[in-house]
Amino acid sequence: MLEINNLHASIGGKEILKGINLTIADGEIHAVMGTNGAGKSTLSNVIVGHPAYEVTEGSITFNGQDLLAMSTEQRANAGIFLSFQAPTEIPGVSMTNFMRAAVNARRAAMGAEALSAGEFLKLMREKRKIVELDAKLTSRSVNEGFSGGEKKRNEIFQMAMLEPTFCILDETDSGLDVDALRIVAEGFNKLRKPETSAIVITHYQRLLDYLHPNVVHVLIDGRIVKTAGPELAAEIEKKGFDWIKEEVGL
Amino acid sequence: MMSEKQYIEFYQEERGEIFAHSPQWMNAHRDEAFRTFSAAGFPSRKAERYRYTDVAKDFAPNYGINTAQRPTDAPEQTLYNTIADSSDALVALNTMFAMECQTVHVGRGEHPQHPIQIVNTLRGEHPEMVCRRILIVLEENAEADIIIIDRAASKQRFLTNQVVEVQCGDGSHLNLYEIEETHLLCTRYSNMFMRVGANCSVHHTSLTLFNGHTRNRCDVQLKGEHSEVVLNGCVIADKMQHVDNNTVIDHQVAHCDSRQLYKYVLDDSAVGAFAGRILVRPGAQHTTSQETNANLCATRTARMYTQPMLEIYADDVKCSHGSTVGQMNEDALFYMRQRGISEREARLLLKSAFITEVIEHIPLSSLRDRLLILVDRRLKGELSKCEGCKMCE
Repeated sequence: MLEINNLHASIGGKEILKGINLTIADGEIHAVMGTNGAGKSTLSNVIVGHPAYEVTEGSITFNGQDLLAMSTEQRANAGIFLSFQAPTEIPGVSMTNFMRAAVNARRAAMGAEALSAGEFLKLMREKRKIVELDAKLTSRSVNEGFSGGEKKRNEIFQMAMLEPTFCILDETDSGLDVDALRIVAEGFNKLRKPETSAIVITHYQRLLDYLHPNVVHVLIDGRIVKTAGPELAAEIEKKGFDWIKEEVGL
Repeated sequence: MMSEKQYIEFYQEERGEIFAHSPQWMNAHRDEAFRTFSAAGFPSRKAERYRYTDVAKDFAPNYGINTAQRPTDAPEQTLYNTIADSSDALVALNTMFAMECQTVHVGRGEHPQHPIQIVNTLRGEHPEMVCRRILIVLEENAEADIIIIDRAASKQRFLTNQVVEVQCGDGSHLNLYEIEETHLLCTRYSNMFMRVGANCSVHHTSLTLFNGHTRNRCDVQLKGEHSEVVLNGCVIADKMQHVDNNTVIDHQVAHCDSRQLYKYVLDDSAVGAFAGRILVRPGAQHTTSQETNANLCATRTARMYTQPMLEIYADDVKCSHGSTVGQMNEDALFYMRQRGISEREARLLLKSAFITEVIEHIPLSSLRDRLLILVDRRLKGELSKCEGCKMCE
């Protein structure tokens, strides 16, 4: 589904990613772990097309398409979804108007007609239940006045509405209490189709216990330095990253 | 005195015609206004209240003035030209040439069931200067909703110089809305003067949806205690449009409340200006006053001048003012685009979110809903397509 080759990227002239290689097949979940500042969020921002980042070398193909040639919204409408680490508040723009614009943009990209107001509201109600999102929240401005947990839940709600085929969960577990984490993780599992792939960025084992990644990567200083099975996450939880750094000579 | 010359000469030549074609009680003010205008001339940009708009330049082209016969037996309005600042050159110019006075008079305790709508449609085959005069009188305890709409039906150069005088008797309630939806060739000068008695509420909303060059002046005198006045404004401008709102709220007595909220969305090379002066006179204790001007410049070439002013001569008052000029929130744009919303649509949503706060304050719900639709259409560019205009093509 997603293939990243020798990806180099920088922001403000500073190189953050220094040659990433990553291949994710249909239906696979890849965990990306790593120290603070290693480039995990940069990787997700570059995949979705954040305008502040510059790709200096390498390629990303998504279902055979050259992702780097596509605009942010084209990538989104091709099925790529980022659950933000810190979702943005947009005062004055209601969740309903925002979601309607997004859902209809995605439908237009797939050649489907826009939903009627009735159909749209029905869809909102259905999907809200999956992540147990309060109806009051969807009548407010986007993320405005949401608690940290509500913001994360809202991200998964949007994922439910847009039905992406490739998801990036960027520290979706940060700031969540144990119950909220379970609701969000179970929501994701419920929404996931067999062919849905994902990159899960996290510092902790707990989220991975729910999501069962196929592969765990360790990203340090802009490179993937170690790749192994899910048991690697448990080891990192216990021992930290220093032993890996020593192993690869960093 | 170049720009003034044509108006002075026109008055001298056409004086007889004008006097014969309009009511005597209006004619009674003309010669005095002529003397004021001839002596003062157009205010320059050095005058504090005219810093942001070049009046002489706007009035320099030769527009025609229509002095055709109007009903000379219109009932005399004793308040005519007593509320406006007759020493102001633009008011004087209007008084010289206004041929009739549109009057809304709501009697004591009356409350018309429906809003009163005044629609001014500019239409003609030649450039024209319009000297519109409006007088609104609410007697004691009267209530009214009044909507004044400026439209332009012909693709022609129009210059409007209007004077609106408003008298609110004790205990009256006025909701007044002004909506401009003209085109790039229109220049509008509006000079509004309100005199507010005791225990009144006045809610005024000014919307500039589409225009060319606009300068709106609004002066409010609070003359009776326990009154509240709200002046709100909403401006959407792009291309080379120019919108200047200039307000003065004069707290002459104690226990009054005034609030102002003006919001501008400026795109392309539009220029906006807001200057609002709040004057709290000696003895006007327990005044509360709040003035907010928030502006969104969507491009680097759009320009906003903002000048809130508080002038306080009483020691037990609560007054505040604030103004902001900001750009598009890039994080919000990225967030929306990541959800598949096009950049154009995302910008539109942000602009609309910013400006609709003003509309949501409108008390008249039917008008509010209509205006939300108009604002949406305007932001999408659907109102801005004027026929044959190179910038719209």
